Amino acid sequence: MDINQVLSASFFIALVTAGIRLSIPVLVTVLGEIITESAGVMNLGLEGIMAVGGVVGFLTAFNLQGGSLHSSPQLAIYFALIAGFVAGMGMGLIMAFLSVTLRADQTVCGVTIVLLGVSLSNYLYRQAMNTLAESLVSLTIYKIPYLHKIPILGPILFEQNLVFYLVIVLVLVVHFFLFKTRRGLEIRSVGENPAAAATSGISVEKTRYLATIVGSGLTGLGGAILTVVQLGLFRENIIAGRGWVAVALVIFSRWRPKNAVIGALVFGLADSLQYRIQAVTQVTYGKNTVPYEFLLMLPYLLTIGVLLFRNSSSDAPATLGEPYVQDAR
Amino acid sequence: MGSIVEMQGIIKSFPGVTANAGVDFDLKKGEIHSLLGENGAGKTTLMNILYGLYKQDAGTISINGEQVNFMNPSDAIAHGLGMVHQHFMLVQRFSVAENIILGQKSSREPRIDDLNLIGKKLTEISDLYGLKVNPHAIIWTLSVGEQQRVEILKALYRGAQILILDEPTAVLTPQEVKEFLEILKRLTSEGKSIIFISHKLSEVMEISDRISILRDGKKIETVFAKDTNERDLARMMVGREVNTNFEKKVAEPHEVRLQVEHLCANNNRGLEALHDVSFDVRAGEILGIAGVAGNGQNELEEVLSGLRKSTSGKKIVCGKDITNMPPHKVGIARVAHIPTDRYKTGLISDFMISENAVLQRIDREPFTKHGSLQWKKINEEATSLVKRFGVKTPSIKTKAGKLSGGNAQKLILARELARDPYVLIAAQPTRGLDISAIEYVHHALIEQRDLGMAILLFSTELTEILSLSDRIAVIYEGRIIGIINREDADILEIGLMMAGIKRPSSTLEQTGVIES
Repeated sequence: MDINQVLSASFFIALVTAGIRLSIPVLVTVLGEIITESAGVMNLGLEGIMAVGGVVGFLTAFNLQGGSLHSSPQLAIYFALIAGFVAGMGMGLIMAFLSVTLRADQTVCGVTIVLLGVSLSNYLYRQAMNTLAESLVSLTIYKIPYLHKIPILGPILFEQNLVFYLVIVLVLVVHFFLFKTRRGLEIRSVGENPAAAATSGISVEKTRYLATIVGSGLTGLGGAILTVVQLGLFRENIIAGRGWVAVALVIFSRWRPKNAVIGALVFGLADSLQYRIQAVTQVTYGKNTVPYEFLLMLPYLLTIGVLLFRNSSSDAPATLGEPYVQDAR
Repeated sequence: MGSIVEMQGIIKSFPGVTANAGVDFDLKKGEIHSLLGENGAGKTTLMNILYGLYKQDAGTISINGEQVNFMNPSDAIAHGLGMVHQHFMLVQRFSVAENIILGQKSSREPRIDDLNLIGKKLTEISDLYGLKVNPHAIIWTLSVGEQQRVEILKALYRGAQILILDEPTAVLTPQEVKEFLEILKRLTSEGKSIIFISHKLSEVMEISDRISILRDGKKIETVFAKDTNERDLARMMVGREVNTNFEKKVAEPHEVRLQVEHLCANNNRGLEALHDVSFDVRAGEILGIAGVAGNGQNELEEVLSGLRKSTSGKKIVCGKDITNMPPHKVGIARVAHIPTDRYKTGLISDFMISENAVLQRIDREPFTKHGSLQWKKINEEATSLVKRFGVKTPSIKTKAGKLSGGNAQKLILARELARDPYVLIAAQPTRGLDISAIEYVHHALIEQRDLGMAILLFSTELTEILSLSDRIAVIYEGRIIGIINREDADILEIGLMMAGIKRPSSTLEQTGVIES
């Protein structure tokens, strides 16, 4: 493989297709966190919640594919994703209890959730699996009739699995939910001015619980998509900082779902590029010219870079991270 | 005549305080009933109970003769109550219409209502009561007066028949107050009933049908406005005779102590908050800075005390340029500072009174020797200051944060004056204090002036500015819009200047001051 191959159309298509795929778990996580933070709860525990969603999703899919749903492995994957979502909601409930009911410091809670989630996922995996390197049946790719034949764009956008199409719908749904529905308006008001929301008859506690649990559910789903759909396997530390990247991308997105798409894509493409360059240089020289660790850093460096160019803290929900105390005097 | 609201024997305690100790209150249809009382008298607590924000420990509430038990504000709203809080309960980043529908059932769930339709309905209501406001404007772009109208509209839109207004005029210019009182009259003529919470006697006298006076959580009396006068009200409110207009000598200003020249500074958002501010303060005079809150007073206070850097311009104390020096150096230049927020900036709440009393001097002899604190000296100084200024505290080892507002202010005053300053910056020195403490602070300031101190007074209370100042500078949107002598000051003119309208006469005065 030489440099001309790197620049060829097929390489480009493969790069972008993989980039989009890699951006999906992060995007779903970012969408979840946008909902949570809109209500004023800063959930830094994404890394841990993704890990739990990831392991629960993987184990569900693995057991179903090898067991009761042996004949329809595709269906097993969808059940696994639901399981990941539910596991995420469970973690969200813990976060909500700590930060809303006990009014604990949200930074501390978040870091605790990360530690809990990562350790719990490793524990569950080791308990449930005897052998390593078990992998899953992957999802079918759907080609959208006619559209997939469009040059370049066709293979990138219209030859994807169902999850990809559903996540695009999810972006629109989250946007609609936050900005066009009554519940969304209530969530945002609780994040901006909880006292005003309370005097309008909105329960700040209930709303923050709801937002944290739903947001964490999506985060768990993001983790499950990564392990079940994208990679088809689970390993320790498989989330590899994607949860933290999502925290950063929420700021980049200025708490707007459509901006989250751009942020997640930048990360996904960098991730994909990093994989590809590793492969290319290995083939050409037999030995990496650039230590692969540097390539591994690429997506994270880019995330930091993107944040530097986008100082948007003034767009943050006004009471982000602050517990609300009603009967205070 | 039946009452539309009837509260009986309301008791509410918070840890350590009894906010309401068996209060009776009633409101008749179409009347304005004022609740008068000092800070901490329990007015707001009583109304928060009526509105379902707090739950009373004992006592009953009836609306239209039916006994009610509100669990939250939605219940109260459903019974036709609406409350406008002292601090507006608006989401700054939402539009007027979005704020108004917040928490309301929508006609097309789960979607929110059509905001254009809501806008039309709002315009109808606002035309009826003279509450002009653009329904699609974002709240933070509106003036304080407009935001208040939004609050009232919000209540009316939700079908409020009974309006509770908590200190509604505190944030308004005198002109806005006049307009506001007109709106209230219009509301009652349309059959609404109003509970008006205030500690401003003149407004209460002007607007009310009946007045209930609260003191220390108890109701002292309910009187008809036509049967009483301000003096009696003040007496009932404080519990003793008060002398509201005290004597003060004509000022005898000497040399210039503080010179501020073309000062500019930014606010926390990096936007210009002070523009070309110039004035001077002489020994033996009080210069009052009047203005509606949020017009750059905080920034000016911070720049002068060294807490905020100016972007251009100079400040000079007794001929010494102290521009952009840190607070410590400003203090050494003998500028004393009574900050707006006495618990956050004025004191270290978690430190003892003794430590706070010598805070700026604690690193020097006699309080520190050979790098170690001399507790004996510190305690002696603190004890003497506490005694001299009458700070009421169980001990000098009590944490400063535990002091009441008046005593905290006395402690700050004691500490600042003990440094023997040339210039005293007093920012909102009586905010939130009760009448006795206000009297104390006022007398202390006048006394210091007579002893030859140069005093810069910030206050959003125009009456305070008028009763203390020898000259008055009006600040509007970060500019000094004019400086006038107290004897030429006309409350109407100052009111106009506070709203940004300048008369030619005041221009002359301003240039005159800069030249001198």
